Amino acid sequence: MKMGGAMNYKNKMMLLVISAVFGLGLAGQVAAGAADGGKPLMLADVSSANTFNLNLKKAKNPNAPPWEDGIHDTANEATFNLQPPLEAYKGLPKTSFGNHVDWVKALDQGLIKPRWDRLDSNEEPFVMDLDIVRPVKASVPDVVFPHRQHTEWLLCSNCHPAIFIPQKGANQINMSAILLGKKCGVCHGKVSFPVETKTCKKCHSKPKPADWKPPLSEATLKNPWK
Amino acid sequence: MALKNERDFAFKSLLLGVLLTLGLMGVSQQSKAEYADIVINNYADAAGMRPAVFPHWFHRIRFRCKVCHADLGFKFKAGGNEITMAKIIDGQFCGACHNGEVAWSVENCAMCHSGIPGTPTHFHGSTLQRLVAPAYKPLDAKKASKK
Repeated sequence: MKMGGAMNYKNKMMLLVISAVFGLGLAGQVAAGAADGGKPLMLADVSSANTFNLNLKKAKNPNAPPWEDGIHDTANEATFNLQPPLEAYKGLPKTSFGNHVDWVKALDQGLIKPRWDRLDSNEEPFVMDLDIVRPVKASVPDVVFPHRQHTEWLLCSNCHPAIFIPQKGANQINMSAILLGKKCGVCHGKVSFPVETKTCKKCHSKPKPADWKPPLSEATLKNPWK
Repeated sequence: MALKNERDFAFKSLLLGVLLTLGLMGVSQQSKAEYADIVINNYADAAGMRPAVFPHWFHRIRFRCKVCHADLGFKFKAGGNEITMAKIIDGQFCGACHNGEVAWSVENCAMCHSGIPGTPTHFHGSTLQRLVAPAYKPLDAKKASKK
């Protein structure tokens, strides 16, 4: 038995080596096809849309300096005079999305002191501490909208009444609208924290009661499943 | 004969390497700019300037959103403010601070006009951008643009 096991292992190794050599040869053939000026054989003559996990690529260098970020021109000398974000983010609380900085926490902890007035660094915002709870039809937790964090950064007139009518029940909001840049999506998903799986619970933060059950759809009510 | 084979092999592996590298480059054409960096190219390209790049992260460390978006009248719309240099030197928009008093003055053209020429106006990393414009280019599009 023991002997047989060893043989098997040896056989497997042989097979592995042979297939590796064969693979190399095949790759060589492909390259040779292009080199000989004959019919060019592309290694992957397909759209890169077909690559595996295209959307799951993690940025290797998430807070790249301007000269490596892909939108600044490196032929422009001043690009190298711009501040790299990581230099500015030193000591600020981290997140795993957006700029990878928790801006609200940074402000709350006094780690950044952005001016409320263009010129006067002593002027303070008018902060309103009022939470709005918005029930959600689906099974995800209900939304709690905190005015406090928002009035730290913004004036009432930034949102009211153009984006949100300041009246209970007057604002129809859904995730499609937000994803397309309307309602909360005017800022969230662009400049304030992004709209992605990791951030769902930042808004959807009030769990449903323990006895909550999702409402049955009309189609199911009319034709109950037997 | 052996020498020729070796040379052949070296050449083939070199070519394979080049092909592989090109292939990978075609796949990973994603820019790594900061979330909420804006490229504004309403008029810049047409005027022979690089597009302007506005970093939200840099400015929000120094000012609350309200300063620009309420006091200075910047709309919440990338490229929607129709900013021109004429307005800036009149003290509107960027010119409210970039006047040599609050922040550096407009003669530092290339500090803002630092984008890659031809980059369209966009909000980097926005959800909308990720939804409708996946960050990939087909390999043949890359080949065509090289010719």
